[in-house]
Amino acid sequence: MEILIQQLFNGLTIGSVYALVALGLTLVYGILHIPNFAHGALYMMGGYITWMMMTDFGLHYWVAIIISIIVAGLLGVLMERLVFHPLREAPPIHDKIAAIGIMLFLEAFAQYYWGAEYQSMPTPYGQVVQIFGLTLTMQRILIVVSAVVVMLLLYVFLKKTFIGSTIIAMSQDREGANLVGINTNKVAMLTFLISGGLAAIAASLSAPINLVFPGMGQLVILKAFVIIILGGMGSIPGAIVGGYILGFSESLGATYISNDYKDIIAFIILVIILTVKPTGLFSRGGH
Amino acid sequence: MAKVFKQRNTIIVLIALAILFPLLTTNTYFIHIMSLAFIWMIGVYGLNLLAGYTGYLSLAHAGFFAIGAYGMGLLTVKAEMNFWLAMLLSLVITGIIGFVVGIIALRTKEHFFAIYTLCLGYIIYLVIDKWDSLTEGVRGLIGIPAPTPIGPITFETEHSHYYFILFFLLLVVFIMYRIVHSLSGRTYIAIRNSEDLAQTIGISTMKNKLTVFVISTIFAGLSGALYASFVRFIGPDIGNIAITFDLLTYLLVGGIGTLSGPLVGTLLIVWLSQMLQDFQQYRMLIFGPLLTLLVIFYPRGIAGAISSWNQKRQMKLAGKAASANARVRKTGEILPDQQAKEG
Amino acid sequence: MTFLETKNLTKRFGGLTAVNNVDFAVEQGKINAIIGPNGAGKSTFFNLISGFHRPTSGQVIFKGQDITKLPSNKIAELGVARTFQTTNLFEQSTVLDNVIVGHRLRTKSNLMDAILRTPRLKQEEAQCRDKAMEVLEFVNLKNAAGKLVGSLTQEEKKRTAFALALATDPEIVFLDEPAAGVNPDETEGLAELMKKIVEKGITVCLIEHKMQMIMRIADKIMVLNYGEKIAEGTPAEIRNNDMVIKAYLGGSASA
Repeated sequence: MEILIQQLFNGLTIGSVYALVALGLTLVYGILHIPNFAHGALYMMGGYITWMMMTDFGLHYWVAIIISIIVAGLLGVLMERLVFHPLREAPPIHDKIAAIGIMLFLEAFAQYYWGAEYQSMPTPYGQVVQIFGLTLTMQRILIVVSAVVVMLLLYVFLKKTFIGSTIIAMSQDREGANLVGINTNKVAMLTFLISGGLAAIAASLSAPINLVFPGMGQLVILKAFVIIILGGMGSIPGAIVGGYILGFSESLGATYISNDYKDIIAFIILVIILTVKPTGLFSRGGH
Repeated sequence: MAKVFKQRNTIIVLIALAILFPLLTTNTYFIHIMSLAFIWMIGVYGLNLLAGYTGYLSLAHAGFFAIGAYGMGLLTVKAEMNFWLAMLLSLVITGIIGFVVGIIALRTKEHFFAIYTLCLGYIIYLVIDKWDSLTEGVRGLIGIPAPTPIGPITFETEHSHYYFILFFLLLVVFIMYRIVHSLSGRTYIAIRNSEDLAQTIGISTMKNKLTVFVISTIFAGLSGALYASFVRFIGPDIGNIAITFDLLTYLLVGGIGTLSGPLVGTLLIVWLSQMLQDFQQYRMLIFGPLLTLLVIFYPRGIAGAISSWNQKRQMKLAGKAASANARVRKTGEILPDQQAKEG
Repeated sequence: MTFLETKNLTKRFGGLTAVNNVDFAVEQGKINAIIGPNGAGKSTFFNLISGFHRPTSGQVIFKGQDITKLPSNKIAELGVARTFQTTNLFEQSTVLDNVIVGHRLRTKSNLMDAILRTPRLKQEEAQCRDKAMEVLEFVNLKNAAGKLVGSLTQEEKKRTAFALALATDPEIVFLDEPAAGVNPDETEGLAELMKKIVEKGITVCLIEHKMQMIMRIADKIMVLNYGEKIAEGTPAEIRNNDMVIKAYLGGSASA
């Protein structure tokens, strides 16, 4: 029983990270209909920048995270401007290839600049606490709590502010948004900014548990894709729910099935979904 | 007619060069690199038939490459099977897995297909990596044999192995050429252009896509099987997604949806990387942006750029200003008509 | 036996009923037209007949055979062809190359034929080419066969799309807004072409917004409004039908 609860909590932790990454991915998909394969590279860059700010510049964890959010967000904006914007009318195969190009570049860059080694990120929240007989690290609690806070902030931003509502409007109807005078370029850039920022937060929160290395984004982005297919491409609640579902399935699968193959769970879920419904769950019918 | 004649001459010269290459150099290392390039080309052709001619971007091809390679490795090393039988069987296995996967994967389109195949490639990699008892996991498989002699022909030297690989490359190019210039090729291009339209003119899109997918995976498997017997050692890394991206880079640089693209792109990049050996590890610092810039500015790669440049020139010569303008406007798009102009 | 008919054909998308209980019989050897305000379900109706959507309920019967559940390529093989509003042609290819593949469904050569270049393949390639030239001549585009589709006028593209549909050897063609985006003179030419198709023994069924043209060339008209059939008859009958007048004046009259 204790193992089960412990594993459920682990699932909640992993799920929180997945949900944050998937949120960024689903926002971009909703607005531009691009599956941004380079999103995992933003996650990786976010992790490295926080790590570098802390170890090389001696900044505090939170300050480092804020810088990382800004840098990763701007990288996202740069991507949109330089690559996805020029390709918006191109055949669908192009933007995917371009995104892969960016991903390869950023990974090679990280390896060149920071080296291929695994780096561990220090955290001021390394303490172990006992709650209801469970042994938890502060960092894990921090991940769970921060993720909820970030999601709430995002919700308030999208629902209660004007600029946030333009994102929602555009994801529902791009041409319509254009007609009512929404600057679609600006919204696209803003979306990439938020998306990059979310990736940086997720990476910075999870890195103290998972290490920092050039390929750290690869698996995460694959899983984020599974999540947004699970939750419906472009759906915000779907990304959150999907993230937690995957987190729980993985931590339970690792305990009760096989730790070696826990990473495969996501892909089996995907295979099942797309086998049953080739256009993804919750896809809109008709045209 | 003169054009066909010229094209045939070019092909003959290229084949002659490929055959003479080992005699022109005394450096066996060059022969080694060239053999490797030929192996990759076969895989790139597989990707090209699917992504270039049928419009489905598969990101699982490193997986099929690995299945071919491991099929070869396991059958020869662990099952101690005859080389040729093992090779045939590993292609059959790749094809069967391709068929089963294709039935599911090809129901999805565009983004879903790319994501699906990306994940699939990862599953294949993970299974190879984790299934220790079968694949030896990270330790890899060693001692994969060279081809056993056929009568008096042996394959012990670099030279003979080179010709062995060249034979398969020529076979693949020949098959590609025939397919692209046939009714079947037209059918695939019609599917790439618009699946809806293809379906309304009575084309069974699923059947055709599945055929292409299986052939495409068999090419990748062949590439892997040849790799295994050439390098003699394989590890799970050959199934890594990075290999798919390498193949994709060769294809895009050379020209996606063109017949000569895989040759041009692979040769160029394999040799460039050799010259910049130390750079190998960081090659993606250049190839990454290159890939991105290519799809923005030269979506049809080198072969595409040359053929549209040729067409423009010919049109100017013919004085057909009106149609030339239309062509110029359209060259920004991927994969124009290749069947008549380029081969 | 009716040539092609729909029985209680219904299609719902989520809560929206795009086509509601439509009975319609196409008259063989005539020009049949379907009209209605925007969003009336005309295109969905076409998509149901040509197998692109599965109806929620109801049937499509072609020459006594139930084709409701057949995939669109099988429907095409039976002799039902269609065009799209956006022609969907391959713009970077020549007119001829676009049309050649239209006869593919009448050929049998497979991949082995392609690789071995068998006599069958050669013979069928010639057959497809001849067919393409024949239909291009029929639609008056023989001289444009070598041009790139991208360089054609809108009207020429429509003709190419007609040719592609005709290359499948159909018994009936469904034309989705054939005259959209085409100027009045050219519309006249397309109308003539449709008459020519019918004279050749191929039934025509079209969706169109250009009312003048429809009233002049159609033998039979069905009017859809909000997915329901509100009228059916000759142009004269339709012109004087109160329901039709109301639908066009009351709704979003974009015709």
